[in-house]
This record gives sequence, structure tokens and C-alpha cells, in this order.
Amino acid sequence: MPPGSRRVSPHVLREGMGVLWVAVKAEPRVFAVSVLASALYAAMTVATAQVLGWVTEHVMLPAFRSGHTTAGALSGAAAAIVGVALFKALGVAGRRYYAGLMQYRMQARYRREVTRQYLRLPLAWHHRHPTGQLLSNANADVEAAWAPIAPLPMAVGVVFMLLIAAVSIVATDAAVAVVGFLVFPAIALLNVVYQRRLSPVATRAQQLRAEVSEVAHESFEGGLVVKTLGREGSETERFAAGAEALRDANVAVGRVRGLFDPILEALPNLGVLAVLLIGSVRLESGAMNAGDLVHVAYLFTLLAWPIRALGWVLAEVPRSVVGWTRVRGVLDAGGSLPFGTDGLDAGRAAALEVSGVRFGYEAPGGDEGAGRDVLRDVSFGASPGRTVALVGPTGSGKSTLTSLLVRLVDPAVGTVLLDGVDVRDVRRGGVAEAAALVPQQTFLFDDTVRGNVTLGLELPDERVWEALRLAQADGFVAALPGGLDTKVGERGATLSGGQRQRLALARALVRRPRLLVLDDATSSVDPQVEARILRSLREAQAAEGGGGATVIVVAYRKATIALADEVVYLEHGTVADRGAHAELLERSPGYRDLVNAYERAEAERDGADGAGAVEEAVEAVEGGEGAFR
Amino acid sequence: MTALSDISVREGAISTLRRGLRLSPEFRAGLAGTLLLALVATAGRIVVPIAVQQTIDKGLGDAGSPDVGFVRTAVLLCAVAVLLTALSAYAMNVRLYKTSEGGLAALRIRAFRHVHDLSMLTQSGERRGALVSRVTGDVDQISQFMQFGGLMFIVSLGQLVVASVLMLVYSWPLALLVWAAFLPLTFALRRFQRLVSAAYTRVRERMGDLLSAVSESVVGASVIRAYGSEERTARKVDATVDEHRRAQTRAQALVAMTFPASEIVAAVATAAVVVAGTLLGVGGHLTAGELVAFLFLVTLFVSPMQTATEVLNEAQNAIAGWRRVLGVLDTVPDVADPGDGGETLPRGPIEVRFEHVGFAYPEGPPVLHDVNVEIAPRTRVAVVGQTGSGKTTFAKLLTRLMDPASGRVLVDGVPLDRVRFSSLRERIVMVPQDGFLFDATLADNVRYGRPGATDEELSRAMAELGLADWLEGLPLGLATPVGQRGESLSAGERQLVALARAYVADPDLLVLDEATSAVDPATEVRIQRALDGVTRGRTAISIAHRMSTAEAADEVIVFDAGRIVQRGPHADLAAEPGVYADLYASWMAQREI
Repeated sequence: MPPGSRRVSPHVLREGMGVLWVAVKAEPRVFAVSVLASALYAAMTVATAQVLGWVTEHVMLPAFRSGHTTAGALSGAAAAIVGVALFKALGVAGRRYYAGLMQYRMQARYRREVTRQYLRLPLAWHHRHPTGQLLSNANADVEAAWAPIAPLPMAVGVVFMLLIAAVSIVATDAAVAVVGFLVFPAIALLNVVYQRRLSPVATRAQQLRAEVSEVAHESFEGGLVVKTLGREGSETERFAAGAEALRDANVAVGRVRGLFDPILEALPNLGVLAVLLIGSVRLESGAMNAGDLVHVAYLFTLLAWPIRALGWVLAEVPRSVVGWTRVRGVLDAGGSLPFGTDGLDAGRAAALEVSGVRFGYEAPGGDEGAGRDVLRDVSFGASPGRTVALVGPTGSGKSTLTSLLVRLVDPAVGTVLLDGVDVRDVRRGGVAEAAALVPQQTFLFDDTVRGNVTLGLELPDERVWEALRLAQADGFVAALPGGLDTKVGERGATLSGGQRQRLALARALVRRPRLLVLDDATSSVDPQVEARILRSLREAQAAEGGGGATVIVVAYRKATIALADEVVYLEHGTVADRGAHAELLERSPGYRDLVNAYERAEAERDGADGAGAVEEAVEAVEGGEGAFR
Repeated sequence: MTALSDISVREGAISTLRRGLRLSPEFRAGLAGTLLLALVATAGRIVVPIAVQQTIDKGLGDAGSPDVGFVRTAVLLCAVAVLLTALSAYAMNVRLYKTSEGGLAALRIRAFRHVHDLSMLTQSGERRGALVSRVTGDVDQISQFMQFGGLMFIVSLGQLVVASVLMLVYSWPLALLVWAAFLPLTFALRRFQRLVSAAYTRVRERMGDLLSAVSESVVGASVIRAYGSEERTARKVDATVDEHRRAQTRAQALVAMTFPASEIVAAVATAAVVVAGTLLGVGGHLTAGELVAFLFLVTLFVSPMQTATEVLNEAQNAIAGWRRVLGVLDTVPDVADPGDGGETLPRGPIEVRFEHVGFAYPEGPPVLHDVNVEIAPRTRVAVVGQTGSGKTTFAKLLTRLMDPASGRVLVDGVPLDRVRFSSLRERIVMVPQDGFLFDATLADNVRYGRPGATDEELSRAMAELGLADWLEGLPLGLATPVGQRGESLSAGERQLVALARAYVADPDLLVLDEATSAVDPATEVRIQRALDGVTRGRTAISIAHRMSTAEAADEVIVFDAGRIVQRGPHADLAAEPGVYADLYASWMAQREI
């Protein structure tokens, strides 16, 4: 099950506390400091009200009644007010800074962990998960998971503040305290109801936001197709459906927020009014004085704002739980590619032995029925220094087979042996040191030419240039403004397809691999350049006396096949035949069809000039096409 | 012009707002009513200080014998006022969400459509993901501001105004004193906000680096695996994550400073009010209730000051986001649809003419020089030449993905830029080398070429292209999901689907740009034969590295360094020395063992 589709359980609040507990355990010191700062802030907030009550009763009111005051009383009052505020300021600064520190540390920690897990998980796992989802796991989901940390110390401080306030009010007057004990629990209760109501709508809005983003991503990425087929209108409709659903979800969120926010603001105000009413009655009976009244009323006013922090934490909780569930989904994903401890012999061309291999891709979403076996019972070998060509029609499993050879994926059944060692038993990094694959689709990093060729290996420039020469890339690289230090841009955007492909080839060659796997690695290169590449590969191979590398090459062209000592002909995921090119031409009709396709087409054309056979064929097809129109 | 419009980057915040509101009239709907409700909701904030003042001055009396009846009436009136305030706040919120979300959805959709209307060059000139954030993150930023920051701004401002008015009513010297305490802070905050804004800009930049690094580690997973560079990639990601965290922490430290500052200023103001107020009271210029009310009024100044930097910063982000969205809408598509004023071409085989066509990519050297060529209806033309000789540019001009820098392209005698897009895209279809597929079933992807085609029609089209066997080999046939970007299929298979998609679109001119480069020769020949058959009634232009395409064509056009250097049937060109003969020779050499 993909991590994104997990449902949020009804016990969101409990789970949310669990997520926060993870953070507290991870950063206990920072959390402790921020909570202490928050407690200081809380205590000083209550103290502020007490000081003002005291100043009212003992400085201001006596002055108003008696008509005179003293400089000592006034400066004492001023000093008390400012003094308390200094501690309060210290508390608020510490709380905000350390809460932020904790939140950012947790985000950074989990971004690193999630990305490392991506790098650890097998490619089969990557195939099952859309790129956009993986990006948002590392970005938005990590952020959402730790979002409640920012207001958390404040919320803890508020709980503390409420306790001190309760004590302070009870100490002042028990009757007024009743108002406090009605209002504050009401605010807390309302917050819980608020969170319950908000949770489902906010989750939905979050999901829709991700969907809208996915549609935009796919649509823009396929922009050329949209344009060439004139589908802008229908794409806009597709996007609009998502955008409008998101709008409705956001309005639903707004309704809940718009209802609860004003109520939460009104409650403390109503509390103050109640205090005034009850207070005046108590004043009449002499149970409290005017300063006490100001003190309690002021406390309610001060508490009105921080108490909302509880609501903020609770409002973030559902998002946090969803984000955390997705992040855990990645971190808990099993099936990592286990490594063995065996090393591989260095220094000579590798021996490759593939036996009884079966492989099928799991369909996205884990729908078993949609999966298919791409390879079945595939066996072949290559002795050191030999070249084997993999030939087969489109979709026959050649690319999949190449990815098994360098252990990008493991077979479901069967083994791949390098120098007699099962690649699953080779230590981490061992296969990559021995074997290099040039995939059909080139991927370049946003790095320099050198960085893309060496991929972090410490190699002298001569080695890099040598590899570029072999790949026929030295010419254009030398012409680049920065030479080897030229940045190639995101995904190598500044280079043409053929140039990118030649850099990818150089990347493999610079490693002097003992097994070189080329998957149609020259498809974007024009015939003349391709001929030169093949020639230089052949020459390099000859110079090494056949001891350089064992080469597996996916090929359609005879010149490439000509490099091979043996041909493995694949059809529908199985080895239909293997042997020398001439033998296969002789006995395998499928192979003959494939490699001689151009010659046959040519012959048919030449023959058709007289016989009109093609005309007939064309008539037949046109009949079908007419009906289709 | 190929880059997104950046004229607006230099415009002021107010003019961005004005332009933004003009372009989205939805935002202005009922704005007066919403503002009125906001005013009522804000005015409600001074109810409590008034109640306190009235209670102390009139309710408690001087003799310490409270007038409970008066207090009861005052409290009840104030409670009603508080409830009314809450009610108008609710009404205001709902209106605000409705209009702002409605306007934002419309803006989102408009910007999305506009991105598709931009020329291919403009689209590809933008960093991947940048266009997506124009219709997602940037719009969200506006929404965040409108519903939180903007509202907060209006409410805070209103709060300061009503509090000040009440202060002036009670005592103007004390009001001035409070203002004198807070005014320096306001100026300090404005300066401070610039620092905060710069810090947040840095956070966003670091976030961009972080996302690129993470994205590389996901998209390049197989290369990273194949070359064992996991550790190196992880270190690269770690570095960006830590840079981002450092930037965040720095910004947080700055923002955290505003809170203690306003706390201390508020305390100083309170202390000053107590001292001065008591002195004024002693002189008989102020009642005790008024002075206590002042203490409450000062608290109304604190929260706007505390949130000011964040709200201002958010406002700046929202304006910047809005500017970026407007930047998209401002970009005039340089390859524009003539629309209703354009011509609709009748269906039938297409004739193409290039007259003195020249082209250069922005800030690049010319890639096509004075190309003159006529392609007769019903011909099958192969375009060959070395990498970089201008073949693909030729195809893009022909399909009007780009417009020529000089000269013109005509179809059936009509200049291409006079043809309505609806007609153009129906009659001319190009299949690019990279057959992008949508994350849907195979049938959905083929049907993209002709919405409404039934499954039988799709199957028949596949059969006509000689792909029936391949289709049968798939476990779910037409219902096979192709995966994201079609990645569940091989590169060659994706090209087959892209070809079928163009084929069902049934165009009069089919342009294939290396459309079968990853397909095996036997399948390629089979497809070619099928296309030859069906394209006999139409015009077809194929760009190919494989000379087999040239051999089968009626005519070959040879490009070299941006010029057409040779033209004619394959047999003639192969016989005469020149670029074509060289290309053909190396092709033939590859066919030999």
C-alpha cells in the first residue's frame, strides 16, 4: 500500500501526541529550554496582572481618593511593571527561538533520513511510487509532521499559565474563580470540538492541494504533446475540476475557522464582563477590592491571546499525523536491497553468468493482476573479455535484463553471477565498482561536465579526457566555454540529446569497468558519430588484448552486433536463441526478420516497382483506414 | 521574447495589487460589505475597556458602595456588543473565504491555461517545477495572505485606530504618551522587516536548492545505484538540508526579537501611563476608571506590533507570488492563436512552402539560414542531416511550435500564423522523439489523439499499425496502465503508443521527429509500411537518423549547418557525391558485418 493512501484513524489527537513525543525524545534539551522559557513567560503574564492589580489598589486609587501621591510610590509602580516585563520578554524570546530551533532540527533530521532511505530502497520500490509523491514526502510531509512543534512550548506554557492563573484567582476571590473555572474549560472544550470539526475538511483540502499540483506537473511536463495535439482546452478542464474541488474544500475549512475563531475570542471577553458583574456584587459585600477586580479582569484579557495557542497546536495535529504517517511509510518501507560481504576480483575482465532468471514489475498500487513477467527463464553467459549482443524486438525485456546485470533490481527467481559470485552476496558498492551500465535514457546531474563524468571519483583530468575521447565527446566538451568545468544545468538541459548520451558513455568508460553494459546507448547519436564511437571502443578493446572489459550491448544495428562474439536473441522475455550472428541468421527466423528488416524493405520496394505488390498491400490498409475515418 | 515577463518584477506593491485586483474582479465582489463587517468586528475590541471604565467610575462609585444595577445593565449591553462582534466576525470570515477562494481558483485556472498557451520555447526556458509553482505555491501564498495576513493587517490597523480614538476621548495627553512609546517601535519594525524579509528570501532560495537535490536523488535513482554514488548524493542532500535549516534558524532568531521588543515597549508605555495618569488624576483631569481602561487599551497595541513583521513579510511574499502569477498572465504568447480572425483550412492533403526562412534561438547563433522549400501534397519526405544541422528546428517551424525569425511558412498558400490553432492542430500533428505518456491506461493515452474514439477503433488503429501482436502480449491489453510518464513501458514501447496516438488523430500532415528511434528495425519497417499506406492520401515528413526512412521516402531533404544542401529522391542523392552520400555510406557501413 503506498504511504499516501493510508487513512487517518479517528484517534488523531492521541496519534498527534505520539508524533510530538517522538520530537520531544529526539530533542529533549531544546524542548526543555523552550518549555522553561515558556513557563517563565506564563508566570510573568500572570504576574503582570497581579502587579497591575496591586498598582491599582495601592498606588492609583489611593492617589485618586486622596488627591496626592508620592514619587516613591510612582517609581516603585513603574519599576515593578517594567521589571516583570523584562522577564516576560526573556521568556517570549527564548520560547520562540528554541521552539523554532527544535522544529527546524526535526525537519532537517527527517529530510535527511527520508532521502537516505530513498537512496537505500531498491529501484523496484521506486518504480511503484510516483516521483511527485516522493518529493512531497521529503518536503511537505516532513514539514507538516513537525508543524505543531512551533506552538507546542507555547501551549505547554499556556497550560502552566492556566494553572497559575487558577491559583491566583482562587486566592483573590472564590466567587470570581467560578467564572474562571467556567470560561477556561469552555475554551479548552471548544478547542477540542474545533479540532474535531476541522480535521476532516483540512485533510481533504491538503489532499486536493497535492492532487492539483500533480495534475499541473504532469500536464506541463507533457506540454509538447498537449500542444501538438491541441488539447489545451481539455487539459484546462481537467485542472479546473481539481482547482474547483480545492476551492470548495478551502471554503469548508474557512467556514469552520470562521465560526470557531470569533467564539474563542468572545469567550474571554464575556468572562471579563462576568467578572465585572460578580466582582461588583462581591465589592459591595466587601469580599474583594477594586484592585482585585482589575487584576482578575486584566488576567482574562492577557490570557485571551495565548490560550489560542492550544487551538493552533490542535489545528496542526491532523496535518501532522497525516504527514508523519506518510514519512513513516517511507522510513518503514521494507525490501531494501540487502548486501553480502563478498568482494570481487579486481584487475581482469569479469565473467558473467545468468541462469534461470525470472522477473516481473509490480504494478503501481500493488495490483498484482496488472504485473507481468518481463523475463522468464533467461540464461546466458559471457566469459571474460568477450562481447555479447542482446537483440530482440521492442518490449522483449532487454533493458530489464541490463538492469539485472548491474543489480539495479534482483530477479524473482534465478541468479546473476559475476566472477562466480552471486551479485546478492557482493558487498555494498562492489558491483558498482566492477560493472558500469549506460542506460537507454540518459540522466545528467546539475553539476559540471567533470562532476557528471567522475561522479565523485578522484580522477586526473587526463583520465576524464581519455574517456571523453572514447565516447567522441572530447570535441564538443573542449568547445564549451568552461571546458570540463562547464555546468550542464538541470538534467543537462544545456546539452543536446546526443551530447548527453556521449557524456553518459564517458561516465561509464572513465571507470574502466570490468563489465560494461550498453543499453542502446547511442540511439540519439547520428550514424557517423556512432561509427566513430564503435571504432574507438573496438580499438580500445583490441589494445587491452581483449582483457579490458566484458561487454554486454543491446543492439539493433549490424555494426554494433558485429562487435559481439555472441548474440543472445530475446523474444517475449525469453531467450529464443543464442549463438554467433551467422548461425542465428541461419536458424532463427525472428532474428533474421529483425536484423534484415531494412534490406527486406529495400528489396520489397525494388521489387514492388514492377510487381505492384506494395500497391496491393497499401490498398488493403487503406480499406481499413477508410473505415476508420 | 521567450522568458516569462519580468517587467512586473520592478513594479511597486500597490500597483501589483491594483493590477491583480483588476485582473481578478472576483476579489472585489462584496468587498465593501466585508470591510464594513471587519470594522464592526474590530470596534468590538474596545467594548471591554469601556466596560471596565464604566464599572469603575460609575458602578463602583466613590464611597465604595457599588451601583450593582448600573453594572448589570452595562455588562449586559457590553455582552450583547461582544456577541454582535463575534457574529459579524463570523459573517466576515465566511464572505472573505468565499470571495477569495473563488477568485483564487479562477486565477489558478486562468494561469494554467495561459501556461499552455505560451510558446514551446517560453515553456522550456523555465526551470522544471517553476511553472507548476505559478499555479500552486504562488497562488497559495496569495490565499494565505488574504485569509490570514491581509485580514490580520486590516484588523490590526482598525484595532490601533479605534483604540487611539477611545484614548483621545478619555485623555489626549495620555494618548500622546502611548503613541510616543509605540511610534519609535513602528519605525524600528519597518527597518527590521527588511532584515526579516531578506532572511526569508534566503530560506526560500535554500529551499529551492534542497528540492533540486532531493529531486535529483529520486529521478536519478538508477544512475546513482548503477554507479554506487549513494553516499556522495546523500552528502549533497545533507548539505542543502543543513543550509536550509541554518537559514530558517537565522530568520527565526530575527522574528523572535520582535516579541520581547514589543513586550518591553508595552511595559514602558503602561508604566508611563500609570505615572502620568496618576499625576493627571491627582490634578483632577482623569477618572480612575479612565486610567484603568488605558491599561486595557495599551494591550490592544501589543499584538499588532508583535505580528507586524510577520504580517508585513507575508504581505511581501504574497505580493511577490501575485507578481509571479501576473508575470505568467502578462507574457504574451509569442506564438499566438489568431483565434476567430484566423483562417480555417479545409481538410485534405497539405502543401507546405518555406520562403526565405531563418531562425535563431534566443541569444544563440542562427540555426536556419534562408530555407526555401516546397513540399507537394501527398508526398512522403525524409529530412536527414547531422546532429545540430537544423532538422528539428525545421519540424518545429513547420508545426508552428515556433515562428521563424525571418521569412514565412505557408500551408496550402496560407501563412501558418494566420491559421487558427483549432484547425492547425487538427490538420498537422507532430510526434516528438520523447513520447510523453500520461499516467493512465494505454487506451486513454491513445485516445488522447482523438477523444471519443471507442476501444474497438483504438484496437483497429493498433492493428493497422502492425502493433496487434505487441498489444496482445500485454497482460491487460488496452487497459494496461502505463505508469507515470509511461515508465512502466520501455522507451521503444512508449514511442509506439505516441505514434498510435498521433495516428488516431488522423491529421493531413504527419511530422515524425525521430519518432521510432528506440523501436526495433522489424517493427519500424512494419510501422513505416503501414504509415506509407495511410499517408498516401496525405503529406508526411519524417526526420530520422536511420537512413531506412530516407530510402523509403518520395523525396529526401538534406540539411547541413542550417541550410538545405541537397534535395531529391534517395537513388539520385546516393549516387552523387555530397553530404547525403557520406551519411548514407556510414549508415550502410553499420549494416555490414
